[in-house]
Amino acid sequence: MNDNVLIKTVDLCKHYYGGKIKAIDNINMEIKKGEVVVVIGPSGSGKSTFLRSLNLLEDPTSGNIFFDGTDITNPKININVHRQKMGMVFQHFNLFANMTVLKNMTAAPIRLLKLSKEEAEKRAMELLNKVGLADRANAYPSQLSGGQKQRVAIVRALCMNPDVMLFDEPTSALDPEMVGEVLDVMKNLANEGMTMIVVTHEMGFAKEVASRVVFFDEGQVIEEGDPDVIFDNPKTERMQAFLKKVL
Amino acid sequence: MNSIIKWFENWFETLYNTFIVSDRWITLVDGLKATLIMTIGALLIGVVIGTAVAVVKVFAAGVKGKTLSDKVLIVFDKLCNIYITVIRGIPVVVQLLISFFIIFTTAKDGLWVATLTFGINSGAYVAETIRSGIMAIDVGQMEAGRSLGFSKLQTMWLVILPQAIKNILPAIGNEMIALLKETSVAGYVAVIDITKAGNQIKNTTYDQINPILLVALVYLVIVMFLTYVVGTLERRLRKNER
Repeated sequence: MNDNVLIKTVDLCKHYYGGKIKAIDNINMEIKKGEVVVVIGPSGSGKSTFLRSLNLLEDPTSGNIFFDGTDITNPKININVHRQKMGMVFQHFNLFANMTVLKNMTAAPIRLLKLSKEEAEKRAMELLNKVGLADRANAYPSQLSGGQKQRVAIVRALCMNPDVMLFDEPTSALDPEMVGEVLDVMKNLANEGMTMIVVTHEMGFAKEVASRVVFFDEGQVIEEGDPDVIFDNPKTERMQAFLKKVL
Repeated sequence: MNSIIKWFENWFETLYNTFIVSDRWITLVDGLKATLIMTIGALLIGVVIGTAVAVVKVFAAGVKGKTLSDKVLIVFDKLCNIYITVIRGIPVVVQLLISFFIIFTTAKDGLWVATLTFGINSGAYVAETIRSGIMAIDVGQMEAGRSLGFSKLQTMWLVILPQAIKNILPAIGNEMIALLKETSVAGYVAVIDITKAGNQIKNTTYDQINPILLVALVYLVIVMFLTYVVGTLERRLRKNER
């Protein structure tokens, strides 16, 4: 396998009811280090299922996922170790409600990476500073706005020094005026060279930041390619119809 | 007027003869101690057992039984179901009799056997309460924990249980109130709790009224106190949420 390939899926399927419903069907995809892959498509097209399969939050029905050369669908591997290297950001933030912002960010590094409390907090504060939330370190998630929550969720994942960041509709639950602050953080992250896979409805973000856009429909990849090409000259009818609706 | 004063004089004399002569009130205080030890001890045991059972049941609900650890979990789940069915299907007095006369036949300290029995009994009820508390926590909390690399158990311990327990504290307070009153049957197996103590005084003094009323009053005051504590706790927890 090419050294540059970070994630590779082989015939990845997620079926329900014995194959009657195919959430995703035979997805073969390679994601290289440093790529920003933006996944778009109508709701119910399987794009979130695909993303959530990559760190096995969804258990694939069949197929393989190679992460950094290891087949993580092999039941013998310890998935917890590999998940440490795959940061994930959710639509509904999912900050730990019983912990302060700082505890949210240091819990995993202290217990899983065996960092000292001081090291973990120092790193957390650096990241909070970067996203402009250092003054909220001791706040509880319920005291934050949606945009603040999502920025914390992003830096919480970054505290584990992941090799890739998975974003599952990170701005869909936000009030419109808060979308920008979250996208800015994601843009900076992309500029720093982070490998990212982003499921989103933000076409502007896709055009501006994506190195590749992947269009999902009915559980399959219908079209993919460079954002400039794919948005201006969609080849398939389904992609054309989709773009007409969202642009 | 005179007859009322006379009545009170008689009553005080009866009270004196019933409770003060031969220091009989000490039996009541010891009985109260036993009642409180059983209540608090049983609650602690019940919460520990209940938490373990609830976690097993929640985890077992989400597995398909493909791996060995899943199969072990399913076996534990079955054991938990048997435990809950048996405990909820047998009156606590009968459970006490089983404990004393069939299982712990050689135990010297009846108080601890009773505490353990009430605790095991309570665990079956607390388990369902805690399970509902866990189910009420958004699945996103578990997913976020798993996505960072925590195991199921670590996420449960660090993230889910603290939130679940906080939500069900009022229900646990109610369980404590129920337990307090339930321990009044411990007299069946020669534990001298406050009910048994009152009954003993009644039998010694032939005063049929005051010992029983006093025991009732003690229970009532403790329950009122616990209700107040639960209410305060509930309000304070709600305030901290925002």
